[in-house]
Amino acid sequence: MASVITTDKLTKRFGAFIAASELTFEVGKGEIFGFLGANGAGKTTAMRMLCGLSTPSSGKASVAGFDVYTQTEKIKRRIGYMSQKFSLYDDLTVTENIRFYAGIYGMSRPAIKTKTTQLLEELQLQQEAKTLVKELPLGWKQKLAFSVSIVHDPDIVFLDEPTGGVDPVTRRQFWDLIYAAADRGVTIFVTTHYMDEAEYCNRVSIMVDGIIAALDSPARLKEKYAAANMEDVFYQLARNAQRKAD
Amino acid sequence: MRQLLTFIRKEFLHVFRDRKTLLMLFGLPIAQIVLFGFALSNEIKDSRIAVVDYSKDPVTTHIISKIAASDYFDIQRSLASADQLQTAFKKGNIKLAVIFPSGFGDDLMHTGNATMQVIADASDPNQATTITNYMNQIINDYNAELAKDAHQPMQIVPELQMLYNPELRGAPNFVPGVMALVLMLVCTMMTSVAIVKEKELGTMEILLVSPFKPIYIIIAKLAPNLLISVLNLFIILLLSYLFLDLPVKGSLLLLVTCSILFILTSLSIGLLLSISAKTQQAAMMGSLMGMMLPTMLLTGFLFPIENMPLALQVLSNIVPSRWYFIIVKRVMLKGLGLTSVWKEMSILSGMCLLLFAISLRKFKIRLQ
Repeated sequence: MASVITTDKLTKRFGAFIAASELTFEVGKGEIFGFLGANGAGKTTAMRMLCGLSTPSSGKASVAGFDVYTQTEKIKRRIGYMSQKFSLYDDLTVTENIRFYAGIYGMSRPAIKTKTTQLLEELQLQQEAKTLVKELPLGWKQKLAFSVSIVHDPDIVFLDEPTGGVDPVTRRQFWDLIYAAADRGVTIFVTTHYMDEAEYCNRVSIMVDGIIAALDSPARLKEKYAAANMEDVFYQLARNAQRKAD
Repeated sequence: MRQLLTFIRKEFLHVFRDRKTLLMLFGLPIAQIVLFGFALSNEIKDSRIAVVDYSKDPVTTHIISKIAASDYFDIQRSLASADQLQTAFKKGNIKLAVIFPSGFGDDLMHTGNATMQVIADASDPNQATTITNYMNQIINDYNAELAKDAHQPMQIVPELQMLYNPELRGAPNFVPGVMALVLMLVCTMMTSVAIVKEKELGTMEILLVSPFKPIYIIIAKLAPNLLISVLNLFIILLLSYLFLDLPVKGSLLLLVTCSILFILTSLSIGLLLSISAKTQQAAMMGSLMGMMLPTMLLTGFLFPIENMPLALQVLSNIVPSRWYFIIVKRVMLKGLGLTSVWKEMSILSGMCLLLFAISLRKFKIRLQ
């Protein structure tokens, strides 16, 4: 499997504080990669470096084949991003939101049009095309936010706690969307606090105090830590963490 | 470029969707013009006064008729004796009284000098000052008339104690002030709120992760506010032309150019505010407190800067609206051209460039 994210001893220091220390891992194409860790463990810092928002202090990393030091602009073209806030404009309609995000990635007008129709169909939102986003239920907003984050067909999409605040059924449906995208070859890099979601990932890394404490498939992690579920694995690793929430 | 247009389109959608804010944006200049132009005028018209004439000669009759003809005074009554004045003042029937002593005309003709008394109800000192000034003006006019015809110098000396009020401020002074205030407020507030909103929504993160350039974000955010401000400018100019009898005497092009310069300066301030503000409320408060007060106080349209303590005079130099106010007064009211405002224009341009450079730099740093 070709890897789309490769890091080698990737480190970020803020003065004396080492937010992320010597992270080394690879993420393959079309893989669903869970990035777990307690608050303050360094997940966000790592993700920001991979997205080209923050320059690493040392180590190497490439995303979609581009270097995180020198080719951040190229990286930005090849990745998508969705945050826990969903990041849609409430006072714009569903269509306007799709068009806007497609537009800022420089997509051509006909391409945007085709994509908009296709997305509305996939999400079964044709009826709501002209509805303001603020009038949509939370679950729909979330699905829309995800679709919008991959509107430009990126190689990788970074999902930062994408399922905060929604019910289990909606969360399950949301994961169906994620699987569909992964099947099309989009790499999913997802952070979450829900351990049932960790089970859905192909592989999971767990960060504790700035380092990667464990990295493997959920099944093997459970075996290694003799745990019944991922929650147990996480607890065994994270309970001794020194750092408190940021 | 297409990306930028997409973004600008979105910004306009935000503005047009928010009807309440839009109403406020255009209501603000209209309300200000009405308030400052009509309601809050500090011209005092038709003050009721009393006249006590012990002399009753052609000179006093002439002066009294001049007073009666003035818009500022309404002669309520002619009293036979000064004793009655006390009651009239106490009741608040009159604001001012004029007393001509007996033999007033004779004194004037024979000695060339005559003294009259002007008494004002000074419970409102500002009003008293203003109306005694008006009275002074009328007597000075008459003095000038006398000087023209007479063979020997003659002078009426009004006995009054007065403070010097440099100019009788009314609509002509307020309109440039309102222009400065409205443009400053709209530009700084709208800009800072617009950017902070993206931060609050979390959409800023997405924009930063996208290949969209930060400078484009700034340009797109500024575009609708620039348009709204220019529209506002024309509304104010039209209102003052139609209702306040204040046409643009100088070049309209020059005035608009200077206004755009001022608008850009204010937009840069808004940008700077948005970088330090974390919430929309903070941005709003920052622009209101940080911008409205200095603009109101240190621009010179409510309080003349020359009368301020030195420290405030120095401080007023960094308030952009102060320079804009001078430009508008010269171009709009006095009809002066580029040669008389280039200095103020260069100061504004300097401020604009400096502020924009700082905010651009800070904006980029924040993104790291």
